[in-house]
Amino acid sequence: MSTFILLTITGLGLGAMYFLVASGLSLIYGLMGILNFAHGAFITVGAYGMWFTEEHLSGIAVLPRFLLGALAGLVVGGVFATLVELVLIRPLYQRHIEQVLVTVGLALATVALVIAIWGNDARAVAAPAWLSETTTVAGAHIPNDRWIEILTAIVVLFALNAFLRRTRYGLIIRAGVENRAMVTALGIDVRRAFTLVFAIGGVAAALAGVLSNVYFGTVDPQRGTSLLIFAFIVVVIGGLGSLRGTAAAAVVVGLVQQYANYYASSGLGDLSVVLLLGVVLLVRPRGLSGSFA
Amino acid sequence: MSRTRQWVVPLVVFGALAFVPKLTVDIPYLFKSSLNTPGTLQLLALCLVFGGLALTYDLLFGFTGLLSFGHALYFALGVYIACIAVTKWHWDFVPALAFTALVGVLLPLALGAVSLRVGGIAFAMVTLAFAQAGSILVFKNPYKWTGGEEGLGTDYTKLPEAFVGIFNTKNLYWLALGYAAVVFVVVQWAVSSSPGHIWQAIRENELRVEVLGLRPYTYKLMSFVLASFLATAGGVVYLLLLGGATTDVTGANFTLTLLVMVVIGGTGHRWGALLGGILYTYADHRLSDASSSHAVSQLPSFLRTPLQQPLFVLGVLFILVVFFVPGGLARLGHVRRPRTLQRLQEAIQR
Repeated sequence: MSTFILLTITGLGLGAMYFLVASGLSLIYGLMGILNFAHGAFITVGAYGMWFTEEHLSGIAVLPRFLLGALAGLVVGGVFATLVELVLIRPLYQRHIEQVLVTVGLALATVALVIAIWGNDARAVAAPAWLSETTTVAGAHIPNDRWIEILTAIVVLFALNAFLRRTRYGLIIRAGVENRAMVTALGIDVRRAFTLVFAIGGVAAALAGVLSNVYFGTVDPQRGTSLLIFAFIVVVIGGLGSLRGTAAAAVVVGLVQQYANYYASSGLGDLSVVLLLGVVLLVRPRGLSGSFA
Repeated sequence: MSRTRQWVVPLVVFGALAFVPKLTVDIPYLFKSSLNTPGTLQLLALCLVFGGLALTYDLLFGFTGLLSFGHALYFALGVYIACIAVTKWHWDFVPALAFTALVGVLLPLALGAVSLRVGGIAFAMVTLAFAQAGSILVFKNPYKWTGGEEGLGTDYTKLPEAFVGIFNTKNLYWLALGYAAVVFVVVQWAVSSSPGHIWQAIRENELRVEVLGLRPYTYKLMSFVLASFLATAGGVVYLLLLGGATTDVTGANFTLTLLVMVVIGGTGHRWGALLGGILYTYADHRLSDASSSHAVSQLPSFLRTPLQQPLFVLGVLFILVVFFVPGGLARLGHVRRPRTLQRLQEAIQR
């Protein structure tokens, strides 16, 4: 039983990271019709931004260093994503194929650049000792960082939901996902919403990068790509453009992966997630939420 | 293009390339050593294999409008099945080849039948997922067949003697050239056949094809199986060329590189895709050599560091091509964005 609880909490922690990556992907696809391959680069930039800042603040105590590093990671990720939208995506307005291709090129180039500067090896990331200690819940020893991951994802889910439901820009984004042509016809500059969605997606992805640093204890150049593939699967299972569907799918994918990896055999978890995607697409080609909006 | 010219040009080009191993010419800067040396021939052979492979991807993407992110799977299939059959099951080369060919038809038939039930982005994602499953399988190393992340060497004694050893690099070059030529001819024949016209019609407007009373599904499956089978054949050539299987060919990144090759060369353009594959592979290898050269090591570090990673240079180059040469290198003269891209966009968003 204690193993089951541990697996569940760890699965939720993993699902939390998938959700953070997938929520941005899903919003970007829903609003702009772009499958953003550069999202993995946002994760990597955020993760390395955190590590880099921590390395250069080696004089101070661990907790402020960790928090400053995390903050720097988020800022760098957000700024990077915004720049990508303004410089690379916006000039190709309405040319979706080219926009996707540009994000593919960017994804390849960013990973290569990170390898060129910091090498292929994983680097250790400092985190407060409390995060690697365990809390005992019903006999299971749960590493404390899992709670942080789950909590962050829940906060982000609620914040994003509130933003989309209660603010004017949220309204524009939701309307844009529904029918972009109509929003434009009503005289609203939908392109500002594009930049905003990219910035939000970038920060969320960088947050996933920061949390993955804590989860794995290290940072490496391939992290973004491997998280991105599962995030894609989550987005498709959840239904493109749907936030709630994405959250549900992230939980399912994280749990299935953990359970299958432990109860069947290691590596089988990843395979069963792929299988799950195949089944969902064949039964409900538009994903769990059943609609694009 | 007239019928005769359509066949004469490739005949002349591939015929001329067949004489390369006989040339002792030394081309400074472009190649490290003269053309007939094993090192140069090996590089050229690799370029030709990837040129052919890029063309098989273009058959899917450029000619049928199917954006697949899993084409690498079928190439890896050729590499790994042939290698495992020879090395782990100790089969002779010919039965191993026949078995690989069989799998190379049946697997794409099965996976294509499933994934083509959805279209557009969903199709891209399912193919990505299947390819990822293949990659995981290879890394998982079931029954110790695939060798996991260390890859798998081939049992040399089972391979045809003409393709083993440095002395025989020229034969491998001819094999690779033959592969590229066969793919070119098959693709040319296929896209000008009557199903080929329907593939292009599907790319242009799938709904209209359906209204005309044809089933796009069947034709898309044909294109998918043909492209995948040709990719599997390429995998076998690659195996002979390198003498072993590595995990590089299984990953999602590898399919992305194929996409990069095709777009750099020119989508929906036979020579373009071939050229894209050749140029990409050449640049990838020569840039690694150049990064360790004297000229680069004297550059300041902010320039030197990125240049050490060919993928960075190629990624940036790719973005520039997308921005400034939208039709790819094969359509350099044309300023306008080619219609193909517009059609593809519509095909994929449906």
